[in-house]
Amino acid sequence: MKAVIVAGPPSSGKTAVVVHMARQLLAAGEKVAAVKFDTQSSADPDLYEERLGIPALGGMSGYLCPDHYFVSNMEEALDWGGSTGAHWLFIETAGLCLRCAPHIEGVPAVTVVDCLGGVQTPAKMGPLLTLADIVLLTKGDLVSQAEREVIAFGVRSVNPAAAQHPVNGLVGTGVLGALRALRAFDDHAASFEGRKLRHDMPAAICSYCTGERRIGHRFQAGSVEKLYVPETEGKGANGGSTA
Amino acid sequence: MGVRLEIYGGTDRIGNREAVERINLDAGDILAVVGPTGSGKSELLADIEQLADGDTPSRRIVRLLVNGSAPDACLRASSVVATLSQRTNFIMDITVGGFVDMHAASLHKESGAWADEVVLLANTLCGEPMRENSLLQRLSGGQTRALMIADIALMSDAPVVLIDEVENAGIDKHQALSVLCGYGKITVMATHDPILMLSSPARLVMSEGGMRSLVAVSPEEEKCRATLSALDAKLLYARELLRKGGTIQEEYFA
Repeated sequence: MKAVIVAGPPSSGKTAVVVHMARQLLAAGEKVAAVKFDTQSSADPDLYEERLGIPALGGMSGYLCPDHYFVSNMEEALDWGGSTGAHWLFIETAGLCLRCAPHIEGVPAVTVVDCLGGVQTPAKMGPLLTLADIVLLTKGDLVSQAEREVIAFGVRSVNPAAAQHPVNGLVGTGVLGALRALRAFDDHAASFEGRKLRHDMPAAICSYCTGERRIGHRFQAGSVEKLYVPETEGKGANGGSTA
Repeated sequence: MGVRLEIYGGTDRIGNREAVERINLDAGDILAVVGPTGSGKSELLADIEQLADGDTPSRRIVRLLVNGSAPDACLRASSVVATLSQRTNFIMDITVGGFVDMHAASLHKESGAWADEVVLLANTLCGEPMRENSLLQRLSGGQTRALMIADIALMSDAPVVLIDEVENAGIDKHQALSVLCGYGKITVMATHDPILMLSSPARLVMSEGGMRSLVAVSPEEEKCRATLSALDAKLLYARELLRKGGTIQEEYFA
């Protein structure tokens, strides 16, 4: 079974591209399963089952950091995928804070970039984008050729090694190129045990991580970092002083 | 540079072999794609855009050859095909000049020199001229299309241009087409405009998802095109006059 990790900002089109890739694979007689990691709720597992008739599993991180939840459940996701008899397992992440990346060494890493995000998006995406093997540019039909080329250049600037594929999430145009690239990986993951994340996960070590909701210094414990406020001349209405 | 686009027929939606088995287009060639909505024009453009390799529903194979051989595999995924879609707005928050500069940089072209040229060409296509310091998002639909067309014509390195209904934005369609085709690019154009259909030497007729026939413009159609163009010129004249606040007289249209 070939596992593929699909990441990207919310509403960038991750599920849409997975649906289209799965459809192509099903048409070619291959079996596909999907795992969707999300935070609060997700209709995607049902969507996979209803639209494609493929086995799908949903995992909700709830109050946990979605990335920590994701990496803690990799083995379970892979075992479940194996039990369905699938040839392909798409593991889709929630992709939220852009501080880390769910990509794993030796596992094809797909990151979805929304062309509507604007010119600065590639620079803002951090390891999620810089550590991807394959970058899928979605919603390119909603921008001009020139804007597509500028965004593609932005992606290339931060991740020159990644293969870029424009994909239309509505009709599926372009997923064939992405699938060709994915087929070129001869990785068949029997187990994730001992494999490494390509980037470390964010720390979750302050009082708010453990359920604190009150605001103020005396409720803050653990590793707390403060916003840097530059010193200002005089102490006018906006000068303020810090305790 | 010798660029050639080869399209090998696959099957239509019913599963029959396409009647047109092969189309070759060389640099500077233009092909009109015609057919009612739903006939398969967009699928054909999509097959060309992703250089289908028998792996799309149509089973067509599309090859791009540069000086007789296929370009580097990695080029496949990047921009070998430029598409002028039906979009009439930009999303980036920047001036026209800044945008052209940024596009030039992304194509590793010298910055600074391009904005003048692109804006100059764009302004030959639209009504009210734009300036280099105009905001991209404030451009009208026509100005936007004009800038997109000028940008593709002058800046894009893609040797193939796909055009989806160039007639739709209230710009000068004949000028737009001559601009896009005048730089040695291969142009494939889906259109519903009879004059544009007749302005390429042959038109590809689509139905039920298949390439049904390749019809060459006959000498008689050449004459028809002249008549239609005269009619069209009258329509355009009336449009120009009316939208500039003028009035029109009946005898001109008799």
